[in-house]
Amino acid sequence: MTTAWQPSPNLPPPASTVGAVGWARSNLFSTWLSSVFTVVLTLVTVYFLWQILDWGIFSADLAGNDQSACDGDGACWVFVKDRFNFFIYGFYPDAEQWRVNVMFILLAALIFPQFFENAPYKKALGWIFLTAYPVVSGVLLLGGAFGLEFVDTDKWGGLMLTLVLSYVGIVAALPIGILLALGRRSEMPVIRTICVAFIELWRGVPLISVLFMASVMLPLFLPEGTNFNKLLRALIGITMFQSAYMAEVVRGGLQAIPRGQYEAAAALGLGYWRSMWLVILPQALKLVIPGIVNTFIALFKDTTLVLIIGLFEVLGGVQSAIIDPAWQNVAAEGFFFAAFVYWIFCFGMSRYSQALERKLDTGHNR
Amino acid sequence: MDEAAASQDNGSDGIIRMIDVNKWFGEFHVLKNINLNVGAGERIVICGPSGSGKSTVIRCINRLEEHQRGRIIVDGVELTNDLKHIEQIRREVGMCFQHFNLFPHLTVLDNLCLAPQYVRKVPRAEAEETAMMYLERVQIPEQADKFPGQLSGGQQQRVAIARSLCMSPKIMLFDEPTSALDPEMIKEVLDTMIELAETGMTMLVVTHEMGFAKTVANRVIFMDGGEVIEVNEPNEFFDNPQHDRTQLFLSQILAH
Ligand SMILES: Nc1ncnc2c1ncn2[C@@H]1O[C@H](COP(=O)(O)OP(=O)(O)OP(=O)(O)O)[C@@H](O)[C@H]1O
Ligand SMILES: [Mg+2]
Repeated sequence: MTTAWQPSPNLPPPASTVGAVGWARSNLFSTWLSSVFTVVLTLVTVYFLWQILDWGIFSADLAGNDQSACDGDGACWVFVKDRFNFFIYGFYPDAEQWRVNVMFILLAALIFPQFFENAPYKKALGWIFLTAYPVVSGVLLLGGAFGLEFVDTDKWGGLMLTLVLSYVGIVAALPIGILLALGRRSEMPVIRTICVAFIELWRGVPLISVLFMASVMLPLFLPEGTNFNKLLRALIGITMFQSAYMAEVVRGGLQAIPRGQYEAAAALGLGYWRSMWLVILPQALKLVIPGIVNTFIALFKDTTLVLIIGLFEVLGGVQSAIIDPAWQNVAAEGFFFAAFVYWIFCFGMSRYSQALERKLDTGHNR
Repeated sequence: MDEAAASQDNGSDGIIRMIDVNKWFGEFHVLKNINLNVGAGERIVICGPSGSGKSTVIRCINRLEEHQRGRIIVDGVELTNDLKHIEQIRREVGMCFQHFNLFPHLTVLDNLCLAPQYVRKVPRAEAEETAMMYLERVQIPEQADKFPGQLSGGQQQRVAIARSLCMSPKIMLFDEPTSALDPEMIKEVLDTMIELAETGMTMLVVTHEMGFAKTVANRVIFMDGGEVIEVNEPNEFFDNPQHDRTQLFLSQILAH
């Protein structure tokens, strides 16, 4: 005689382990020590938050347009407001600043959809961002064509310069880095040696000395009177430097791909470039997205170093503005503003990389 | 043993001809004077103890490994350092690996369409049609949109077989296609291979599945220490092995 098997009913979990109360009980108040920490840390956090809000908002001054408008209690945002134009556009002529604004708006319009899974024309916009956008922006910012007044790169500055440096650095460093990484793993000794030498050379020197050499030493070697654009020198220096770092990040990804993937691609008749482009790189780059974005973020912040060759991006702009005798004691406000600007962009990149990782996750890998 | 191999050759017009092939890994002489002549439509099983060079032999046929001496001629094209010849041969020779080696970032359908699209320049729609046909043949058309990581081992290996077939190869190489699989999945893969054999495909299979060898193979090759020790048709090979090394090997694997 057998009895028919009946599955046991599924019961809900005990109420004390679910919901906000359950969560707090197990995470914040599980022991008396944990409870003490929770209470103390909450008080400390609230205190500092209050101090910052009081300084930055409640006691801060925003109205007016010179030092006299600030009573000294809270932050003097009047300063940031007054020099805002300089922080964003540098010395770019007022009448021509709409061109920079167009570049900003295009940038936002092209990047914004990339954060959403099902945004329409996402891929097309991505390609426009990498191809047409730099050309259009370059013409727009530099001018001298299509009836636009020529604005020399000496006048570029502020956030606009930060974005130009970062964009070029990021968009050029990734492909160059990939080629260097492939070259370093090449079976051809000449190519391998060149790539290793290049990578090790650039990785071995600080960016600040690269920029310094580009601006001070390079002109010594060039014939008298050659005017090699300062911005261009900075761009080349930053790109070379970051490519070397990118190459090592990508190489890490290439090494993590099992040999079987290379062999399967080869056995199907895919040649070297097609194997790399279709099979190996998509997997390798996906593995190192965090490292790639880390390099991008480092690059974004390293653009501040162009101050050494006399270019004023956001931080450089702030630094030169706070020593202006017309304003006293505004360093905190200035640096707070610069930090905030950098944070927004770096945080955006970080979020984008996380979205990308989620999207590219195709279940467990073999 | 060379005479044994020669006596089984189907003349000199085989689709694969290996003539006195030698290979070294550094100082290690891994293949010693391999002679093999495979006729079109022939099905050959290679067996032998671990490290005897079975994988290396079949990997030389599509140049995943390079031989240092002797000649290998596949479908009338000799394997040299000429990349054009290598790619030409790889288009005609499909290969299935022990660990499947599907591309994990692509769906099953994209795995199948990749090489036809980018190597044979077949339009996408046509490539998809062919891919679905082969997926039906290996009996998993419903998995087309999944990623390899979502399939069982047996299903992955059948996808891998279908992926090779999509290139319409003249020769299929199998390197221990079932040895990474759980017992209940081995049969589904072997059944697929038996069906493939019935279509007249030229097959070289490294396997220890002796049942498969008996049903499908025209010849069984036994290797040890980088040499071909014995070549025979399956019934003779199993019932009446000539070489004592073969006898020992058979007694070991049949004891399981
Ligand atoms: N890339 C390599 N470098 C050096 N030695 C190798 C390499 N590949 C294989 N070998 C050696 O060559 C010998 C033959 O290897 P092979 O993989 O052909 O053996 P096999 O018969 O397929 O064995 P198994 O049944 O374990 O797969 C082994 O001793 C192995 O250690
Ligand atoms: Mg093997």
